[in-house]
Amino acid sequence: MSRLLPHPLLSLALTGFWLLLVNQFSLGQLVLGLILGWLIPLFTRSFWPEQVRIRHPLTLLRFIAVVLWDILIANLTVARLILGRPAKLSPAFIEVPLALETDLAIGLLANTICLTPGTVSAQLTSDRKTLLVHALNTDDPEGLVATIKRRYEAPLKEVFES
Amino acid sequence: MLDIIISILILIGAGFTFVGSLGLARLKDFYTRLHGPTKATTLGVGSLLIASALYFSHTGPGISLHEVLITLFLFITAPVSAHLLAKAALHLRLHSQAPVPEEDKVGNRD
Repeated sequence: MSRLLPHPLLSLALTGFWLLLVNQFSLGQLVLGLILGWLIPLFTRSFWPEQVRIRHPLTLLRFIAVVLWDILIANLTVARLILGRPAKLSPAFIEVPLALETDLAIGLLANTICLTPGTVSAQLTSDRKTLLVHALNTDDPEGLVATIKRRYEAPLKEVFES
Repeated sequence: MLDIIISILILIGAGFTFVGSLGLARLKDFYTRLHGPTKATTLGVGSLLIASALYFSHTGPGISLHEVLITLFLFITAPVSAHLLAKAALHLRLHSQAPVPEEDKVGNRD
């Protein structure tokens, strides 16, 4: 099973990608997509050392919904800040202590932070314990850290590391 | 009716993309400027792509969904490039409005 099909999730995602790329759905394309989804992970096996396991799919779906909503809000917030008075902004570097350990989870968290309200992740410390985040406008750094940990880190931890 | 929705989506998209680029001109330092293009443009390009998917699903032979792929790739690559730019800026110690944390946190070793 694992020898012939090393990454079932990746295979499914690749099949989906193929169907989206050809932009039409037919049985032939589905079969071709499945073959590609089976062969590509097989040939690139050495690039994917760890197997991804999703523990709580529902939590993941809820997390994606929350992030999409936050992206919408982030755009409106940033647009308002840009059109307002940039001189009055109070940007800050904040340090987010990490509870996550795997590469994938930390990467997803850093990506999420970049996509959401007025924050860009800037640096992961070499001990992988702290993520340095630049906030566009914040009066309450501790509150922002707490929000990031509760809203994004907790679900990621539950999905990928529990 | 669909024409109106598509037009509104294109206008929203153009508006947000414009605000994103305006941020480059109006904001004061490198780090705050990073926020404009990475955020305002995700929604801008997002609504343009939704408009494109609607238009080509309406006029073309079938449902057009490969815009979803563009959105997905954009959401994966935009944060990564923002992160790398911020990292490079920290390394070069560019001028920042916000106080920059100590050297050992930033990871400069020179």
